[in-house]
Amino acid sequence: MSLISCRNLKVGYYGKPILSDVNLDINSGEFICIIGDNGSGKSTLIKTMLRLAQPLGGKIVYDSSLKKTSVGYLPQEIKAKSDFPATVFEVVISGCINRLGIRASYNKEERAIAMRYIKTLEIEDIIHKSFRELSGGERQRTLLARALCSSEKVLFLDEPFNALDIHVTNHLYHTLAKINSEYGVTIVMISHDVETALKHVNKVVYVDGTVKFVGTPCEYKKLGGQNNELAN
Amino acid sequence: MNWLTDISNIIKFMPEAIIAGVLLSVSASMVGVILVLKRFSMIGDGLSHVGFGAFSLALAANTFLDAHLNVSIDKTGWEYLVAIPLVIIVAYILLRLGESKKIKGDASIALIASSALAIGYLAINLTGGTSADISKYMFGSITTVTTTQMYICCGVAAVVIGLFLCFSNHIFAVTFDESFAKAIGLHTKTFNTILSILTAVIIVFGMRIMGTLLISSIIIFPALTSMKLFNNFKKVVWSSAIISALCFIIAFFAFYQYSSAASIVIVNLIAFIIATIVGKIIRRFSKK
Repeated sequence: MSLISCRNLKVGYYGKPILSDVNLDINSGEFICIIGDNGSGKSTLIKTMLRLAQPLGGKIVYDSSLKKTSVGYLPQEIKAKSDFPATVFEVVISGCINRLGIRASYNKEERAIAMRYIKTLEIEDIIHKSFRELSGGERQRTLLARALCSSEKVLFLDEPFNALDIHVTNHLYHTLAKINSEYGVTIVMISHDVETALKHVNKVVYVDGTVKFVGTPCEYKKLGGQNNELAN
Repeated sequence: MNWLTDISNIIKFMPEAIIAGVLLSVSASMVGVILVLKRFSMIGDGLSHVGFGAFSLALAANTFLDAHLNVSIDKTGWEYLVAIPLVIIVAYILLRLGESKKIKGDASIALIASSALAIGYLAINLTGGTSADISKYMFGSITTVTTTQMYICCGVAAVVIGLFLCFSNHIFAVTFDESFAKAIGLHTKTFNTILSILTAVIIVFGMRIMGTLLISSIIIFPALTSMKLFNNFKKVVWSSAIISALCFIIAFFAFYQYSSAASIVIVNLIAFIIATIVGKIIRRFSKK
């Protein structure tokens, strides 16, 4: 079942298309990695699917079960400032804001959801720590927990492993694989580290002007990756 | 006990000024936390210049109508009817420009602020305005706060405090990461519109107390002072409101015979320095 279907989609900024004729299905339970060169439109594609940017053409069909409030998102570079006064728990539970409606405070259920993902991401020890004092890895795990709180259905991650060392990256990949397999969360991720991503995801999308390849990591490897056949 | 008599006399003769000042300080500091965290610290400065431009244009239009067209109109609150809508529009544009990659927020604030100041100054000069008119808008005059203005300040404070009491979690989410908040379905446009309106109203009425040149201090200082002491968003918001009110009261009663606006800034500056030192001591001890 397709949760999100892009049909002849054209995405870009200020009327200038970056990707055209995008036909792509995001199916339930998939762990997808979108790859491509810098400036190839990966982030713009994700933002368009998240309704953060307007499509320049074509359409996106969302499954009826997928409401605007049932997606989680980890932006590429968080605009939150290094001096933002917030504890880790405040940041994580803010992912439940789309469940809050017009209530003033979070209820027991929402606190339990936040605690569940705090445990999944193994950040229980730092929940009272200030967000501005966190390391890069701790920060990403906190933001990932927040993204999970906002949705247990689809998770969009825009370069979640940027500037993280290989040890932290591998640890986060295992956590994502667990979230995908155990909780059934569909994950759509952008990564520049193709080699590592191929080990963990079950679908690869290569973009360069349009969608040039959609398939499994094995099929992608057989084609020789983006440097050979796909680039031609 | 002369100072006690002085204080009771001030309270007796200027209750509107004290109430309006405390409530505006509280409102400005709470909204200020959002503006500082959204990297819009200078928006208060920019908008106050726009407010000056709008007040000056209203004053110039009045003078022109009186002198040349012999039109007699009721001038009560006329300058506010010009300034508030104009400042709201500019506030909204500036907050929207902050999201744009084409024009940087700080550059647009500088552009609009200097243009508005120039237009206002020129308008006053062309219509024979006096330096007293300019000084009133530039440096504020708390003693001339009217009962109507005090009631408006009560309304603004009620709205700001009410919003923070009911929606502090929503405000946190949007301030912390607007694109995330938008992606998961929050109405960030509504948030920004409300923020623009509140900022504009606070600045236009705050100009009466603090003047064009110093108004941004009551928006920025309390937020920065609280951020030196607390690591939690809600604590920062409420403590900045308390700090701001205390600074206003101390400045008002201790230096009422001097410039009230300048005294408020100086007391806020002292509070900031003390908070910086206390914050460092707290962090050093908490690490141990």
